[in-house]
Amino acid sequence: MKRFIALCAVGLLTLSVSDAVADEDAELVMDGQKFVTKLKAPEGSPFDEIISGWRFRNAETQALQTDDFENPAMIFAQYGEDLWEEVDGAAGKSCADCHGDASESMKGLRAVMPKWHEGKKTLMTLEDHINWSREEHMKAKPWKWESQEMLAMTAYISLQSRGMPVAVKTDGPAAEWHAKGKELYYQRVGQLDIACAHCHENNFGNMIRADHLSQGQMNGFPTYRLKWQGMGSIHRRFSGCMKNIRATPYKRGSDEFTALELYLASRGNGLSVEAPSLRN
Amino acid sequence: MEMTRRDLFALAAGLAAVGLINVPADASTDELQAAIEKFAGGTPKTGGVEITAPEIAENGNTVPIEVDAPGAASILVLAAGNPRPGVATFHFSKMSAESRGATRIRLAKTQEVVAVAKMADGSTTMARREIKVTIGGCGG
Amino acid sequence: MSKIKPRVKVPRKAKAGEAVTIKTLISHSMESGQRKDKKTGDLIPRKIINKFVAFYNGETVFSADLEPAVAANPYIQFSVKLSEPGTMRFEWTDDDGSTYDVEKKIKVA
Repeated sequence: MKRFIALCAVGLLTLSVSDAVADEDAELVMDGQKFVTKLKAPEGSPFDEIISGWRFRNAETQALQTDDFENPAMIFAQYGEDLWEEVDGAAGKSCADCHGDASESMKGLRAVMPKWHEGKKTLMTLEDHINWSREEHMKAKPWKWESQEMLAMTAYISLQSRGMPVAVKTDGPAAEWHAKGKELYYQRVGQLDIACAHCHENNFGNMIRADHLSQGQMNGFPTYRLKWQGMGSIHRRFSGCMKNIRATPYKRGSDEFTALELYLASRGNGLSVEAPSLRN
Repeated sequence: MEMTRRDLFALAAGLAAVGLINVPADASTDELQAAIEKFAGGTPKTGGVEITAPEIAENGNTVPIEVDAPGAASILVLAAGNPRPGVATFHFSKMSAESRGATRIRLAKTQEVVAVAKMADGSTTMARREIKVTIGGCGG
Repeated sequence: MSKIKPRVKVPRKAKAGEAVTIKTLISHSMESGQRKDKKTGDLIPRKIINKFVAFYNGETVFSADLEPAVAANPYIQFSVKLSEPGTMRFEWTDDDGSTYDVEKKIKVA
């Protein structure tokens, strides 16, 4: 902690209390549906309240997400919808051939990701599940984690859980991953020698230079970031954060990122899934 | 240590080369003026066109703006602080309900957005509006 | 994005003479020509949608000339007032000459 304060003094990080650049009291309502963006934190949480990243953005950014036409993330969800119907791979099948109507078969899936896979005996993210199905059932090539196709498909599948509460399981075989994720969350890394917690737990709501720090919740992913001018995955975001603190990031799809994703998702249990969301 | 001007320039160039300092390339005021004059054929009066934009843009990559000039045949939008000033030109018709157009633009840094409206008779008016821009942010 | 998809939001019905807002979006990276390839250091060539035109029953009702300063996945909004039923056609032109278009019928009463 002393080192952290020293870093601040040197001016490498400038933290200050934000003056309302975000409309933090705004409620997210879409087509009459209310989203839970602020909630009393679950038992054992380091927070008093858990807050969706949506609340930390300014009014214009918040507004962009509320209209499905204006939200550029929806272009990706639409591409995902097209891909859902497309035949791919040696088995000559499309997602739709086995899974039928996504609004039924995929409902609630995003809300419980990442989750334990009985067949593969490991914890798997949504991307892992998609690729497993592609290889196993479609005999198709796996999609790269950050490819347009994978982003589109995760956006489309996530959309089927939109409005539902995040509800990841952290018991049973997932417990080990949850513990590992927690360890990683509090571990100092990189040249700047800080952990996720230093910014997102101790300083959410404050400004880090021109950025308004959020709690680092998962409920909005995959998200369209104005900064990226495109869609991005959870692991891309983790990777970027680690690079910012001059640490060598873990790889997308790695056990580390998967464990971290589970731990972070569990900290947001109860918030509404907003994916595919819009962020800064 | 005494620094000559040559030393200072060399240092700045060196730092810029390794990306440690940002030396933004601006649209020169000449380029901006030339763009306005090319469209307006002269110097437009102030007024007659409204620019709607956030006071502070959350990210310079996507800044929503709207321009409105009652009765205009076309509106030119320029960014005074971008490497090149041109952004977009909207053209209206008899079937336009209003001479109004909206889009999302890229702003390289805090700067003025300029809108020049041209009427059917060729006369022009102009408005300027500063938008504070935050670039970068966390997370890759 | 490999698939360049246009989308438009157009009301199916409109009252004659009443202002109608039209919203359009096309997925396109709008490569500005100013970015450098991280590996080679070469400039990535410019490739943008440089023109957008909206026609109603063949007549131009609105158009926009776009520069690289327009954000990726360009969003364009404008308004029209129509006096007769017909078809609105939207056309986007890429630097490389390709065009993308969408048509929507509007009932005007």
